Amino acid sequence: MHGNGHNGTVRIGFYICHCGHNIASIVDVKAVSEYIKSLSGVVISCEYKYMCSDPGQELIQKDIKEHSLNRIIVASCSPLLHEHTFRTAVEKGGLNPYYFQMVNIREDVSWVHTDMKAATEKAKDLSRAAVQRVFHHKSLETKHVKIHPDVLIVGGGIAGIHAALTLANAGKKVYLIERNPTIGGHMAMFDKTFPTLDCAACILTPKMSQVKNHPNIILWTYSEVAKVDGYVGNYKISIRRKPRYVNEELCVGCMDCIEKCVYKEGKTPDEFNVGLSKRKPIYIPFPQATPQIVVIDRETCIEFKSGRCKKTCVEACDRKAIDFKQKEEIKEIEVGTIILTTGYQTFDASRVPFYGYGKYPNVYTSLEVERLVNASGPTGGELILRDGRHPKTVGIIHCVGSRDKNTNRWCSRTCCMYSLKLAHLLKEHTDAEVYNFYIDIRAAGKSYEEFYDKLLDENVHFIRGRVAEVSDWAVRPSEEGKLIIRAEDTLIGIVRRVPVDMVVLAVGMEPQADSQDVRRMFNISCSTEGFFLERHPKLAPVDTFTDGIFIAGACQGPKDIPDSVAQAGAAAAQALILIDSGEIELEPNTAYVVQNECSGCRTCLTICPFTAISRDEAKQKAFINEALCKGCGTCVAACPSGAIKQNLFEDEMIFSEIDGLLKMESPACC
Amino acid sequence: MPTVEQPKENSWEPRIIAFFCNWCTYTAADLAGVSRLRYAPNARIIRVMCSGRVDPQFILDAFSKGADGVLIGGCHPGDCHYMEGNYKALRRMELLKRMMKDMGIEDKRFRLEWISASEGERVKTVINEMTEQVRALGPLGLPKKFAEWDKELESLEHEINAKGDTVHA
Amino acid sequence: MPDKPKVAFYWCASCGGCEESVVDLAESILDVVAAVDIVMWPVAMDFKKKDVEAMADGSILVSLVNGAIRTSEQEEMAKLMRKKSKLIIAYGSCAHTGGIPGLANQFEREEVLRYVYEESPSTVNPQKTRPELKVITNGSTVTLPNFFNVVRALDQVIDVDYYLPGCPPTPKLLKQALEVLLSGKLPEKGAVLAPDIALCDECPKKDTKPSDLKFTEFKRPHSIQIDPKVCLLAQSILCMGPATRGGCEGVCISGNMPCTGCFGPTSRIKDQGAKILSALASQVEARDEKGIDETLATIPDPVGTFYRYGLPVSLLRRKNFNSTG
Repeated sequence: MHGNGHNGTVRIGFYICHCGHNIASIVDVKAVSEYIKSLSGVVISCEYKYMCSDPGQELIQKDIKEHSLNRIIVASCSPLLHEHTFRTAVEKGGLNPYYFQMVNIREDVSWVHTDMKAATEKAKDLSRAAVQRVFHHKSLETKHVKIHPDVLIVGGGIAGIHAALTLANAGKKVYLIERNPTIGGHMAMFDKTFPTLDCAACILTPKMSQVKNHPNIILWTYSEVAKVDGYVGNYKISIRRKPRYVNEELCVGCMDCIEKCVYKEGKTPDEFNVGLSKRKPIYIPFPQATPQIVVIDRETCIEFKSGRCKKTCVEACDRKAIDFKQKEEIKEIEVGTIILTTGYQTFDASRVPFYGYGKYPNVYTSLEVERLVNASGPTGGELILRDGRHPKTVGIIHCVGSRDKNTNRWCSRTCCMYSLKLAHLLKEHTDAEVYNFYIDIRAAGKSYEEFYDKLLDENVHFIRGRVAEVSDWAVRPSEEGKLIIRAEDTLIGIVRRVPVDMVVLAVGMEPQADSQDVRRMFNISCSTEGFFLERHPKLAPVDTFTDGIFIAGACQGPKDIPDSVAQAGAAAAQALILIDSGEIELEPNTAYVVQNECSGCRTCLTICPFTAISRDEAKQKAFINEALCKGCGTCVAACPSGAIKQNLFEDEMIFSEIDGLLKMESPACC
Repeated sequence: MPTVEQPKENSWEPRIIAFFCNWCTYTAADLAGVSRLRYAPNARIIRVMCSGRVDPQFILDAFSKGADGVLIGGCHPGDCHYMEGNYKALRRMELLKRMMKDMGIEDKRFRLEWISASEGERVKTVINEMTEQVRALGPLGLPKKFAEWDKELESLEHEINAKGDTVHA
Repeated sequence: MPDKPKVAFYWCASCGGCEESVVDLAESILDVVAAVDIVMWPVAMDFKKKDVEAMADGSILVSLVNGAIRTSEQEEMAKLMRKKSKLIIAYGSCAHTGGIPGLANQFEREEVLRYVYEESPSTVNPQKTRPELKVITNGSTVTLPNFFNVVRALDQVIDVDYYLPGCPPTPKLLKQALEVLLSGKLPEKGAVLAPDIALCDECPKKDTKPSDLKFTEFKRPHSIQIDPKVCLLAQSILCMGPATRGGCEGVCISGNMPCTGCFGPTSRIKDQGAKILSALASQVEARDEKGIDETLATIPDPVGTFYRYGLPVSLLRRKNFNSTG
């Protein structure tokens, strides 16, 4: 190892963590510690119960001073979890933090192996690799990047609204982007909310108008993010503003134009009422839509289809707000942080054909029922079935597109509770007999179990069993003209046939259809099922793996309104941390060209995806702009003459890791 | 020369060096850990920021130092945290694989896998599969082979020294 | 005369081109001859092994040894030269990195001998006679050196002080090297006596390489009309220049032939072939496996192309045969 002495004498402190029993029960930490002590350069090697605890960190700091240590290695959990903790501890101990190296013997060893001998050997190999690696470590300067104080929020459902208001109230400028003509999201479609049964609109619409009127919020509806460039603190975003064909500055939402449209009746399924009513080509999604601006649907408007409309709408508008020549507009904005609150979509019930959705008119999805029971809904809140009848019996089928290996495996978390709510509302509206077919009732929230108890008292029936089929095949006279729900009642062990007038399918929550495109655009990850992936499931639930981008609400996973709002607040707080600290530390893992070694062959210029590498024409050499380099190291691997180096990942560091991993005996000599 | 391992034939265990990208596969390995998935203890992970950082030299170096297999894990195509580092890895590995075949290294000893951050299960499957595939191939043992090749220098040295006897015989 | 420093030349597995390059010093060779006392030079002068054996250990200032080590005789002579010399220079690609003979590391010894003595189209050998290490004819024993299984660069057999790269080294580099050695200002041990920067730095066509080069195929020099003014890579011709140490001043490239890598890699590189592979493959345009493979298929022989002069010193050294023999 003599060749490694160029940093002066290397004095290594090695600390192996028990992590309680997490590591020590599978890895013989004492054996690893003793083995590492025998390696060249190692001055201190010891074990400790919790290295990440204050005493653990203080131990390192004390040793740095008392034993003049200049390299620190901690073998514990994943560097993605605690690298920063230990770097900070090392820095407080008076040593440059980049002399630190972490060895992952928990996630990569003790948690995934059962054989103590093999796990201990692996821990030794990984630790030895780190010992060899740190010989090549260098003192580096942490990079700081300024944070642009403005925030982009994508998605104007309750999560986006809450995050926007939180930040705006803290004095930050927010761009709230919503692709529909109005904000409000799914919550605006709901009738009441569980378990308190407040009216969804009553609690949501005030927040919607606050958004509209807040001086710090720029609200762009009917708009989508087209392009994302840049990095934490300095994102450059292109927003595509779709043409409404109505001038937003001029329209006051009087709706005279809608009334005067040449269509006397709506012909197009109304999105807001989930197709239960029809709207005209010129419309406002719902009375409290925000902003209160009319939109023209190009696909159904006669003027766009034929160019020969009488344009009665134009005549009707005193303010001359209608503009058929309006063009799509691209807005360029700069923000420092981004919060994604893009929500979810409901499960398409026709994917479970044996429940008869789309086949039997009186089979409804839960979202349709929300509109049916709503006073401003298509029937004015009167529960009239598609065949004109009022239901006397209703069956609610839980877990449609949830907890099902054939569709979605996950629990959608909200269906039990909203099914209880709908059961209550249906009973209230119709006094029908209501049957709930459930697998388990999951009422784990504040006052949720109590709500379930209340429903039991209301004589709503609960049948525990997965429904096999919904059919109109009557075998008894009492079943004639009814929908028959066949299910096993697992509590009494018989198959039941329950004839009902109306079936409600409690559809689950799914990632948005374009969630993969969205996450690619923002360079974040998705979990297996397609919801956006948080940085840590417990400790960083609204962070992503991309600095400066946060997630909240159902885009991260199924959740109800209180949880979405809580996450939105958390995401806003995370953004505030960055904005108010004004800058962020970046890993100094950028690449640089050693000028007198560069032959100017241009290989690196062709492969950098961030155009961080340019050519100094005078010197005829490549040059890396540190601010643009994101530290992937691709150019380093490609540089054919070894003239590019990457901080923290230099060739020699990786070669010495390889060597250390594969060397079975002590590397003290070679 | 690195110290050469002298395993007993029956105690041989495949040694696999795995280069995992920070954002997808390394995170997936963390997830496998958090989920307490159990898999073979034969892989040793080296974390790099991107699969595009994996220099073909690292792979050859690992083999020459005694690895029986090398695994590279990166983000799925289109998902690279750095836009297209994984495509560069793919291009390099396609050519490297062909070259290594010409150099007598079985292609099953070398694997490039796309494993996203959520695919902890895939980390387990791939490491288990690869361990068994490499086990079936047996040790590559290049350091041992290098040492054996170099024995011809010593043995011929003996022969040269013995040559005098031959002439007189 | 006895005050003049002693210099020796020796050749191992080589083509003789390195010897030519010494003669290429032209009239400068007279200065060399005047300054030194040549004590061994099989190609030009009649010294024998026993003459060298008779010399005191370390009495030769510098021996320039060219050629790879392929036989026991070469090994023996290399070791003898090492013993008698203060400094050993591995002269030329074969001694430096194994050179063209090193390409035989893709084959086993038996394959090489069988081809040469039995199968090659020009061989007539119905009895399949092979050379023997010992033959007794008319009562006297004749011995032949053994033919090794593995081709080695010089420093894989003896300790080497300096390297003069090239197939062959240019007279300019040789002259500079001799001047430095005779001046007594010795460079750091192990130095390669050529610039530690890739060839592109001094390439006459450097300015014509575009910054957004993407490959869709690689062409062979004979298959196109080469534009003499333009970077060969820009014309899709596989040029090893970016991964090869400079110092030759682009002699091949000036002749419209691509660099084939004879100067070996820069000091930062462990494996020249892996590096040029990485650089070129990174610049392939296709993104899908099929397209990538189609482009790369136009490099029909990656080992022979990327390790033309350096297989024995590559990380894998030699093709792996399952029988380790």
